[in-house]
Parts: sequence; structure tokens; C-alpha cells
Amino acid sequence: MKMKTALISVVLGLLFWFGLNGRLETGVLISGIVVVAIAAAFHVKDAVFGDVKFSPRAFIAFIAWLVVFVGELIKSNIDVMLRVISPKVRINPAIVEVKTKLKTPLGRLALANSITLTPGTLTTDIKGDSLFIHWIDASSTDVEGATKAIVAKFEKQLEVVFG
Amino acid sequence: MADQILMVAVLISLLSIGVILIRFILGPSVLDRVVAFDTAGIIAISVIVLLAHMLERFIYVDVALVYGLLSFIGVLVVARYHERGL
Amino acid sequence: MEMTGAVLALIGSIIFFLSALGLIRMPDLYNRIQTGTKATTLGTIILSIGLCLIHPEWTGKLVILILFIVLTNPISSHVVARGAHYSGQEMTDKTVGDALTEEDKDKEGTP
Repeated sequence: MKMKTALISVVLGLLFWFGLNGRLETGVLISGIVVVAIAAAFHVKDAVFGDVKFSPRAFIAFIAWLVVFVGELIKSNIDVMLRVISPKVRINPAIVEVKTKLKTPLGRLALANSITLTPGTLTTDIKGDSLFIHWIDASSTDVEGATKAIVAKFEKQLEVVFG
Repeated sequence: MADQILMVAVLISLLSIGVILIRFILGPSVLDRVVAFDTAGIIAISVIVLLAHMLERFIYVDVALVYGLLSFIGVLVVARYHERGL
Repeated sequence: MEMTGAVLALIGSIIFFLSALGLIRMPDLYNRIQTGTKATTLGTIILSIGLCLIHPEWTGKLVILILFIVLTNPISSHVVARGAHYSGQEMTDKTVGDALTEEDKDKEGTP
């Protein structure tokens, strides 16, 4: 668990470092490794990335999640834009409760962020395995209907990646 | 031609910041102003990136990154404080 | 290429303007968060992709900017929404249900 966290943090940190610097030189590489190692040492005991799975199946699921996510982002943005420019404000908001099957903190974070980033749904609070979501156009206020409409499309892929 | 279109983009972005200022002044609550500030901050990041292109200064993109970080932390602090104090 | 990038930047700024309009028109804080802080995410992504097309050598840093916006934006709007709920911000009359307030009441009822 700790090895995995350390490995993922160092790789992500180095990618970030080279993105910021924009060039590959010996000095930049050495100072980058030192800085990234210090930064990774601070949070290696929390084992935040310990639940990420490495397998071809997880990679395919991650790509599938990315495709679904970008599609939803564009679709829901257009939907909200149409609501904004329509002459009469058409909204039907509610805070609904949905249940998630994801167990790990990182998986729940990814799910909550995906829900929040698609306009129209906004994660207000998380308590245990239920998420409370402010929904701009609530078509059903019961738990099962809302879960099916909001969570199901992201959960299938995230379950493979984060468990 | 491309430069004129980018100029129009900058003007529309600045106009949106102006529209957001109306919400900032109207309020009515503190958190409404926080939301207005957050939105204006994100738009300001994009304006800085566009200015970096127009003035041909690559270093301004770093300014946009740091500005985004600071505005994120500011919003977080004010919202947490409003919830139950730091 | 430069033309495509400029048009993408224009689309991004139009999304900014529409979300600013939403911030003015929506009746309560939660709906303002929906249209305001999150619609700008797509605007920033589109505008940055446009600038990547104009300056291919800036791509690394602009990708970091996009990732930064995508990671921080939902967190800040979530924190504002939660702060609004627990400090008793009123919801609009059109609201059809509030599961979170009911949940809190249930907790208080059972000692």
C-alpha cells in the first residue's frame, strides 16, 4: 500500500514538475527528483493512492469513464445554458439523497467531483454511503430514482478503477 | 483576423466580469458574494492566459496558475469560516 | 490552426458570458452555484484548448492549468454549498424537496 502510494505520488509529481518547467535537462531532473521525494514523504503514511488498481481492465475503465465524463460535461452544460437563456427561468430544484456502492475514500471523491462538475447536479454533503445532491431539475425525489439518474452512469467505471 | 477574434473574446470575458460585479454588489448574503468572486476569479484566469498570448509573454501563464491557487484558497477559507468558524 | 484556436477561445468566452448571466438570473444561492462556478469549467477547458492550438509549445503548462481547474472547482463549489446549507441559507420557493434537512431532523430526533 505504502509503496504504491509512494510510486504514484513520485510519478505524478515528476509529470507535474516537467509540465511546469517545460524542458528536460540534468539539473532540472535532479532538483525535481529531490523536491518530489520530499513532497511524497509527507503524505506517504496516509496511503491515499493505496486503493488504485493497476490492470489493463482498470485502464480501459478509466478511459471509458473519461469519455462518459466529457460527454456528460458538454451535454449538461448545453442543458444549463438553455435554461439560462430561456425567457422564463425553468427550474425545478431539490436536494435528493443517493446511495453509492463505492467503498474507498478516493473513489467517493472521484464520484462526488464527477457529479459536481456536470452542471445541474451539485454534491452538498456526504454522510457514509449516501450523497446529498442539489439537482436543478429533479425528475424524481426518491432514493432509487435519483441514484439511477445521477450516479449509475459514473459508478460502473469508477468501481473497476477504485473498488 | 485571428487576433481580432481573440480581442472580441477578451472583451466578452471582461463584460462577463462586469455582469458578475452586479451580483457582487447586490448580494444579498455573504456566500452569494463568495460565489460571484469565485466565478470572476476563474474568468480572470482565462483573461490572463489570453493576455499572455497577446503580449507574447509566456511567463504570464504562471501568473494565471498562482492566481487560481490563491483565489481557490480564499474561497475555501471564507466558506469554511462561514460554516462554523476556522 | 490559429483560426480554429481563436474560434474556440471565442466559444469559451461566450460560455463565460452565459454563466455570468445565470448568476444574475437564478433565484437562490444553490442554483447560482450550478450555473455560475461550474459552467465556467467547460469555458476554461475550451479556451485553453484553443490557446494550445495557437501556441503548441505552451501545451504542457496549459494542461496543468486545465487539470488544476478541474480538480479545484468542484471542491470550492461543494464547500460553498455545504457552508450555505449549515448556515441556514434559504432555498427558493420552487424547491420540491430537501432530503438533507429531513436527514438532519431525523438525527436530532433519535438520541
